[in-house]
Amino acid sequence: MDLYEYQAKQLFETHNVPTTPGAVASTPDEAQEIARKIGTQVVVKAQVKTGGRGKAGGVKLAENPEDAKEKATAILGMDIKGHTVHRVLVAQASDIAEEYYVSFLLDRTNRAFLAMASVEGGVEIEEVAANNPDALAMIRVDALEGVDEKKAREIAEAAKFDPKIIDQVIAILVKLWDTFVKEDATLVEVNPLVLSPAGQVLALDGKVTLDDSAAYRQPSHEAMIDREGTDPIELRAKEFDLNYVKLQGEVGIIGNGAGLVMSTLDVVAYAGEEFGGVRPANFLDIGGGASAEVMANGLDIILNDPEVESVFVNVFGGITSCDAVANGILQALDMLQAKGATLTKPIVARIDGNNAIEGRAILTNANHPLIEMVETMDDAARRAAQLAAARKAGK
Amino acid sequence: MAIWLNADSKILVQGMTGSEGTKHTRRMVASGAKVVAGVTPGKAGQDLDGIPIFNNVQDAMAATGANVSVVFVPPKFCKGAVVEAVDAKMPLVVVITEGVPVHDTAAFFQYAQNAGTTRIIGPNCPGIITPGVSNAGIIPADIAKSGRIGLVSKSGTLTYQMMYELRDIGFSTCVGIGGDPIIGTTHIDALQAFQDDPDTDAIVMIGEIGGDAEERAAAYIGKHITKPVVGYVAGFTAPEGKTMGHAGAIVSGSAGTAAAKQEALEAAGVKVGKTPSATALLMREIMTKG
Repeated sequence: MDLYEYQAKQLFETHNVPTTPGAVASTPDEAQEIARKIGTQVVVKAQVKTGGRGKAGGVKLAENPEDAKEKATAILGMDIKGHTVHRVLVAQASDIAEEYYVSFLLDRTNRAFLAMASVEGGVEIEEVAANNPDALAMIRVDALEGVDEKKAREIAEAAKFDPKIIDQVIAILVKLWDTFVKEDATLVEVNPLVLSPAGQVLALDGKVTLDDSAAYRQPSHEAMIDREGTDPIELRAKEFDLNYVKLQGEVGIIGNGAGLVMSTLDVVAYAGEEFGGVRPANFLDIGGGASAEVMANGLDIILNDPEVESVFVNVFGGITSCDAVANGILQALDMLQAKGATLTKPIVARIDGNNAIEGRAILTNANHPLIEMVETMDDAARRAAQLAAARKAGK
Repeated sequence: MAIWLNADSKILVQGMTGSEGTKHTRRMVASGAKVVAGVTPGKAGQDLDGIPIFNNVQDAMAATGANVSVVFVPPKFCKGAVVEAVDAKMPLVVVITEGVPVHDTAAFFQYAQNAGTTRIIGPNCPGIITPGVSNAGIIPADIAKSGRIGLVSKSGTLTYQMMYELRDIGFSTCVGIGGDPIIGTTHIDALQAFQDDPDTDAIVMIGEIGGDAEERAAAYIGKHITKPVVGYVAGFTAPEGKTMGHAGAIVSGSAGTAAAKQEALEAAGVKVGKTPSATALLMREIMTKG
């Protein structure tokens, strides 16, 4: 889960990483009140999970509380690269003498962690890496050893921080590592880390990504889930505990196993090229079990997506046998009809693997008007795309 | 022969008395695997269908000579379970558990690296099977017969699908390495082992979006693999920034796209199939040419 800047700032405060005073507002009045409390010139910053908000007019300086209210009014509701601004961060405006960069992140390639630091912050770090790689220190961090003062000094020295401020930077690195570990983060980034004219080093803007797998031991993270910024169908799927991602397309997809479902999306997209560019409408992995109830929840989610014109159920019976899957599909449709749903969208089912013959016989004998069975994944994808295109054309 | 799992493999199950552990222990036994012990703290002296249960890995190894551990414990106990197996110098640890926090995986992987005595496969993987010989994990044993294709895959169900498509030709060993951001055994490890395995003639490699493991595997193949390799990559339609089921399956910026992986593999001389079936067909052509 990627956090907003204001959430990252809250985590920094929790772990004693020095930042500027500030708070988040979702109305202009709140923004005014926060500015009044800060009592100085403030900066009003749009909270969106995308870059380039400054250029888009989402970051404005305000002279006084009334001005902060005015600036917040202008920014709230703004659209920045397709992201609606629901909140602004109101923070003390600080004069900046210098801008730096520090981060800790997961290093997949080396199966460890990585510290990155540069005295050339304030710009996209990818730019520094590409244009001036010598200015970016990259130091491997051993997962068992972590970052103590000695390691932090190694990182800060590699980045060539000025000896006058290096002790401040070292202290910040140690606290930032603390944030990274204690919050189960996969990224903590401060950009820019700034030097104020008074000589104080502060985290001015931050990015944090949290590990969803650690949610069970991080109870405070649930409150950080971004409900407004999440697709409503995805939120509903989450309530069912389904692994669902909304995409833009017409063929609803249900499958078992993340890899098989990803592959199904691809095969449907290829097949769709033949039918005017029909695309997969979603990713939905119902997992290895694939019980009737999970299948019903999955079909419920997908059939209620107004964009969906046809459904492709693609299951490989490995641990689950195909007869159980076939019964699951039929029971799922019964359950939905019993709840009063009117079902009209055609369902193409491809079931293969363990007990495939028995499973197919169950669907054949049921002779359900909406279910069509196709033997191979490629042919089934083609048929689902064809049905979706036909229904779309008929509208 | 095969790789990592053979007729001499004696399997221990960590978390055998949990529901998944029990179910899959019975499936492994039914498929002919030698499951010699279980470990559940506090349950020493009990048994599952006659398989003795021990309090810890060290006792179980001493009493039974177990040399492979399959881990089914819940995520919050997973790091402790793997560390215990490493401390006991278990040569191979297969971690089936899904949803392990990546800080825990990073820690137990580093721990195993420092010890230098344990190979970890997974976490969040279906395990490893040498059809007709042994089976450590949850891969259904009856999908495919024994043969001379080696298979390495990030995805469980795509492993099953590929085994099914090529079931008549058969496999030497199939390894599911898992789709988490940090995994104990990589594509490269498996490719190297298959290259050295006299019972493997050709290799299927299945990858998916996220990270750069496939690109690095491609570079390795170009330099070190002389056996034919056929590849498949899932996730061409995945949008940037959305995690596709596996914790590691996420495209961030320009890195980790399926197109980049396919390009790298093809540049290394790997034939890449557009769909799983097309990929199976490429392998079929190689294996039936003689």
